[in-house]
Amino acid sequence: MNMNHMIMIAIGSIFLNNFVLSRFLGICPFVGVSKKLDSAVGMGMAVIFVMTLASFVTYLVYYYILVPYQLEYLNTIAFILTIAALVQFIEMFMKKNMPSLYSALGIFLPLITTNCAVLGVAILNIDTLWPDGSHYTFIESIWNGFTGGVGFTIALVIMAGIREKLELADLPESMKGLPIAFVTSALIAMAFLGFSGMKIM
Amino acid sequence: MEFKKNLTKGFFKDNPVLVLGLGLCATLAVTTNMINALGMGAATTFVLIGSSVLVSALKKVTPNDIRIPIFVVMIATFVTIVDLSMKAWMPALSSSLGIFIPLIVVNCIILGRAEAFAFKNSIWDSAVDAFGMGIGFTIALSLMSGFREILGSGTFFGFPLFGSAYKGPLMMILPPGGFLMLGLILAFINWNRIRKSKGNGGSK
Repeated sequence: MNMNHMIMIAIGSIFLNNFVLSRFLGICPFVGVSKKLDSAVGMGMAVIFVMTLASFVTYLVYYYILVPYQLEYLNTIAFILTIAALVQFIEMFMKKNMPSLYSALGIFLPLITTNCAVLGVAILNIDTLWPDGSHYTFIESIWNGFTGGVGFTIALVIMAGIREKLELADLPESMKGLPIAFVTSALIAMAFLGFSGMKIM
Repeated sequence: MEFKKNLTKGFFKDNPVLVLGLGLCATLAVTTNMINALGMGAATTFVLIGSSVLVSALKKVTPNDIRIPIFVVMIATFVTIVDLSMKAWMPALSSSLGIFIPLIVVNCIILGRAEAFAFKNSIWDSAVDAFGMGIGFTIALSLMSGFREILGSGTFFGFPLFGSAYKGPLMMILPPGGFLMLGLILAFINWNRIRKSKGNGGSK
């Protein structure tokens, strides 16, 4: 395990290439579930959980099923099916064995199948190359999924905090709702752009 | 006329991005220049038409309970076709769109049309509806990327507009510019709708 790589992945997917604010993955839940702080935290936790597990499973599917049979070109179909099945399985498992967790995260799970951050992290895990031309290892892929989820949660929680306050603001009629949400995200994204001064990659 | 309504409702009235708020990831990510926007629009339109026709053709034999996974597999098939064709014939465009070509699978516009329209209507109507929605998506992408490319890099389809010394706000082609532009376009649409509804006797 290369500690340097792990730190680079963590800082990269939380700050430099934040999944929401700089890679534009998972915009739908970002604007859809960011009206209340509680639901934003719940959604964030569900996304961290699913992204970590999805990285785990898609890595195994890619390197132990698709690569040996030279079916790499089917990765899109294989990944989306794996993720859909995984989310369904998590939902069923939680409902049966962890009812308290299910009541907190359950309603967010079906939404996650169509969250592009999850499919995105699966594809990025196999596409991204280190400068020496090697691919992410198994542990690095899982770590990338986890930190990507953390980056998503940070962006979502910041956004929800601001939007709760915005409810009270006296906005022009035409800016209410989505427009001001996007302008606010632009300002947050600009702040995150400041991290790109960090030269680690 | 039914045909004309099916075709044109996606352009402005039910524009998938600007009115229905679907497919936002791709809209924000690829609209840094016009070429990317048109490439993405064409790819998505192809997938939309293909999957809508297939969903509509197979609607009698598709079991209702597992229709969503079946739709997703159909969509993923067309996305794979587009992905491989682009890699073969348009490698430059393919590498600049990058991860967002495979991510057409999770573009909610496509699953939305399959579920809301193609599963209930004839093949021909579904194809027309899909084509209209694809054009609407392309219109939204072009609008975004037109403003962003002209303001951010001073070019249009890569041709310099203001001479080579132009130094625009670089922010417009960076991630924040995407959010800002979409916010402003949505605000303009809201403003226009409010203005019109006030014109019609002040009832909102």
